[in-house]
Amino acid sequence: MKPDKSGNIWVKFVGIFSRYTSMIHHYYQHIGSRKIRKTWWRKLLILLIVLGTIISLWVFLYLRSQALEKRKETLANMCDERARMLQDQFNVSMNHVQAMSILISTFHHAKNHSAIDQETFAKYTERTAFERPLTSGVAYAVRVLHSEREQFEKQQGWTIKKMTPVSKDKYNPAELEPSPIQPEYAPVIFAQDTVAHVISLDMLTGKEDRENVLRARALGKGVLTAPLDLIKSNRLGVILTFAVYNRDLPCNATPEERIRATDGYLGGVFDIRSLVEKLLQQLASKQTIYVNVFDTTNISNPISMYGTEVLDTGLQHVSPLSFGDPSRKHEMRCRFKQKPPWQVLAISISIGIFVITLLVGHIIHATVNRIAKVEDDFHEMSELKKHAEDADLAKSQFLATVSHEIRTPMNGVLGMLDMLMDTVLDVTQQDYVRTAQASGKALVSLINAVLDQAKIESGKLELEAVRFELRTILDDVLSLFAGKSQEKGIELAAYVSEKVSETLVGDPGRFRQIITNLMGNSIKFTEKGHIFVTVHLFEEVMESIDVETESSSKHTLSGLPVAHRNRSREGFRPVVGPSESITLIVSVEDTGVGIPLDAQPRIFTPFMQVGPSISRIHGGTGIGLSISKCLVNLMNGEIWFNSIPKIGSTFSFTAVFSNPKEQQINGHIKSKSLFYNMLAIVVDPKPIRAEVSKYHIQRLGMHVKIVPSLTGMLSLLTKSQTVHLVLVEEEVWDQDLSNSLVFVYKLRNLDLKIPPKLFLLTNSIGGSRQSNGVTSPPVITKPLRVSMLAGSLQRTMGGNKDNARNGEIPKLSLSKLLIGRKILVVDDNIVNLRVAAGALKKYGAEVVCADSGRKAISLLEPPHSFDACFMDIQMPEMDGFEATQKIREMERTINSHISNWHVPILAMTADVIQATHEECSKYGMDGYVSKPFEANQLYQEVSRFFL
Amino acid sequence: MAAVSQLQRQFIDYTTSLYNEGYLDDQFTQLQQLQDESNPDFVVEVVSLFFEDSEKLLNNLATALQQKSVDYNQVDSHVHQFKGSSSSIGAKQVTNVCIHFRNFCEAKNLDGCLRCLQQLRHEYILVRTKLEALFRLEQQILQAGGSVPVME
Repeated sequence: MKPDKSGNIWVKFVGIFSRYTSMIHHYYQHIGSRKIRKTWWRKLLILLIVLGTIISLWVFLYLRSQALEKRKETLANMCDERARMLQDQFNVSMNHVQAMSILISTFHHAKNHSAIDQETFAKYTERTAFERPLTSGVAYAVRVLHSEREQFEKQQGWTIKKMTPVSKDKYNPAELEPSPIQPEYAPVIFAQDTVAHVISLDMLTGKEDRENVLRARALGKGVLTAPLDLIKSNRLGVILTFAVYNRDLPCNATPEERIRATDGYLGGVFDIRSLVEKLLQQLASKQTIYVNVFDTTNISNPISMYGTEVLDTGLQHVSPLSFGDPSRKHEMRCRFKQKPPWQVLAISISIGIFVITLLVGHIIHATVNRIAKVEDDFHEMSELKKHAEDADLAKSQFLATVSHEIRTPMNGVLGMLDMLMDTVLDVTQQDYVRTAQASGKALVSLINAVLDQAKIESGKLELEAVRFELRTILDDVLSLFAGKSQEKGIELAAYVSEKVSETLVGDPGRFRQIITNLMGNSIKFTEKGHIFVTVHLFEEVMESIDVETESSSKHTLSGLPVAHRNRSREGFRPVVGPSESITLIVSVEDTGVGIPLDAQPRIFTPFMQVGPSISRIHGGTGIGLSISKCLVNLMNGEIWFNSIPKIGSTFSFTAVFSNPKEQQINGHIKSKSLFYNMLAIVVDPKPIRAEVSKYHIQRLGMHVKIVPSLTGMLSLLTKSQTVHLVLVEEEVWDQDLSNSLVFVYKLRNLDLKIPPKLFLLTNSIGGSRQSNGVTSPPVITKPLRVSMLAGSLQRTMGGNKDNARNGEIPKLSLSKLLIGRKILVVDDNIVNLRVAAGALKKYGAEVVCADSGRKAISLLEPPHSFDACFMDIQMPEMDGFEATQKIREMERTINSHISNWHVPILAMTADVIQATHEECSKYGMDGYVSKPFEANQLYQEVSRFFL
Repeated sequence: MAAVSQLQRQFIDYTTSLYNEGYLDDQFTQLQQLQDESNPDFVVEVVSLFFEDSEKLLNNLATALQQKSVDYNQVDSHVHQFKGSSSSIGAKQVTNVCIHFRNFCEAKNLDGCLRCLQQLRHEYILVRTKLEALFRLEQQILQAGGSVPVME
């Protein structure tokens, strides 16, 4: 029962708890206010604790009542058992006493000559005492009428004495008074030895005895006295009296008949105290309970027959006793000796439950507090984060805006300085102006860098995806640094693996920026040796890694040792892009001072330079590498470096580009080239340098052979092949000048159909070119670039008019790009229209104007002859975006059955900062230009279509 | 010849003052650069286009602002037009007033708009006078047989 019950309690408890949690859950979803939530929680918590307290109290009470009940039951069982035993033994004794009464009636009265005398009686009773375990003695009193007294006394030899209560020690039968005269007497004639002192006492003179005798003869049954002090022994006893009749009376005899038939009275003395004690001793558990026996005939004043008066220990059980006398009532009262023990189990369980409740409450409280705290923290954090982000964004926007704003006046300053340079100035003034100009340019590039950084940080920088030629870009960058490298006498070279296709789709501007940054750094820190840019397919490099790592330091461009790029790339895995993407790996290798080891970890952190002195010596902001890293990341690539102090650094990065959808016919430049299919021989002992030269010459469509020395060269010449060009490294030439002269001489005398042209490849302008009598061959100053190479060759070979001067980007290039192009300009503002048209015309374009989007649509309905369209965005009626969408729709319908119309549409906007590529491309535009036009930006945008 | 050079100097001074006082900006220089042999009257052409356009716009603005319920969208588009054309020729002050005007327009502030219109008209007339003076000077130089100095 108990485990079941406690199980129930747990189920209940768990049920309550789960209800709470579900409530918690429920209200979490709906109640947003934390304050309400908190008071709610507090209420719930208090409720929980109160509930827990109630449960624990209830459990305690329940268990206690259980224990009490059990105790009560035990007591009742014990008490009943004792009462029953007492009663049984009493009944046995009583029956025997009754039997004796019949014995006396039979053998004393019925016989004419009595068979019983005192001696016989005493002996008999003594021997049969075991039959009457509760009686301490029996005695027989005969009925004597007053008329018979004298005769009786004479016969017995003693007088009938009056029974007077006396104390035990003073008891002396001889002193007893004779019984007063009464109608009848009941003197004791026989008595067991234990009560022999009652012989001759008149039973009718004792108050209790008289009543007893009278009742017994009237009823014909055993009758009990109230407990009384026994004569002589003075102990508490009860006397059982049976009447002895002279004949057998029927059961329904009247009392009068019974009285008349009475012969005498047999009494048995029950010494209750000793008897009960004897009885209890037979039972083991005497110690555990108190037993009291009471005569309760008079209910208001029960007479104690046995037992001591004890303190009330609370629990009491009453068992009724029936000793066969209906007029007397007896009962047994039992009590535990000990007070009920402490209910350890109940107390501990209830305390346990209470403690658990408190703990659960505490846990919930703590949890709630924790949750609230975490939530608070979270809110605070998110607020702070938002602030921080806002601040960061604001900073970036501020930077972007400010640097944008600074650029405009700076351009003015630079322009003015340019103009100033053209005026007549003395040497000092010119120097000042040049310095000012250089500073201004530095400032502009710095601002550009900051703008980039800010744009990257504010996430505004988006990469373009246009078709571009990688090799051309590398050439551009080389020419940018050509001046410096020539000044320093550093070898500058670029090499692009032939596996890299001519055109790629990506962001050429940003790609150029990365390379420019890296090369700019390299050139800053390199005083001798080389700077070498290589571009490979990533797969290509991965395959050849093992071979490359073995290559010795001799196999470098300038022969100086380098920091190899692979050393720092262990464990690097490229991002695997879609199948049409191309991962390039670009390395910029230099033989400069290298980066100190302690500065290496923070090299990509913005505004971090190796040391403060660096910026003083070399200038720069330390922002370049950080921007490069961002840009490389935008291109899904990675950038890393390996640097050994005093040996050099190699920066490498990967970038993912995609293949143009339809590959342009490769080599169309080559085939057009003037030098197509010519044979050139490069004389160079250094294989890598020779490879670089070969790469550039091959780009012109020539065949190239490499020989390590001049002597080897001659043997080649004698063969039947026509050699058009011989390019000799300056190093080889200078090594043995006389030998070289001999070589030149031999070359002239070889008598070939077309004498090969001889060129020297050199790093620095105006190196030690003493002619020593012999005119030295024409010099091509490295770095090699296709355009430059072609120009140099042409000049010497008397080839072409076009002096492939790459010059003055963007204005000249703009003219080149735009000349003869038919361009539609759309703007509702006539003035703007006129200005834009004027500007484009200036660059040689053929311009058609339209003053509304509608007109533009009708003009651009294919087929048409426009090469491009510049469209104002904000126009009444139909804005630029809408018009573009319409035009694209038109093109799509046409394209679906015929050809591929896509006229480049560029947005014109006054607000360059807000305009984004994304927005433009969303409406099908190809880009945007600022209004009024900025030559640079115009060039950048236009070049994407017309290059 | 001396007259010509004096005129030229005067022209340069005048132009410089226009830049310095903020009537014109870089854009006007660019405009002048766009003018070449193939397009000899480009600047005058564009500027007179601007004058025509501006006068029309000023009238439109005046009528639009006199309406009982002013259509600010319409006003705004007019001002936008004005701003575009003025920035195209490099009339900086006019552009600046336009920017203010648009702010008032956005706030639907009729008083501000009217004040701006007043100011706009004032600035426009000012810049027109200045430019006309400049062109007159140019004409004089040309008539005197000189060439107009090119401002860079």
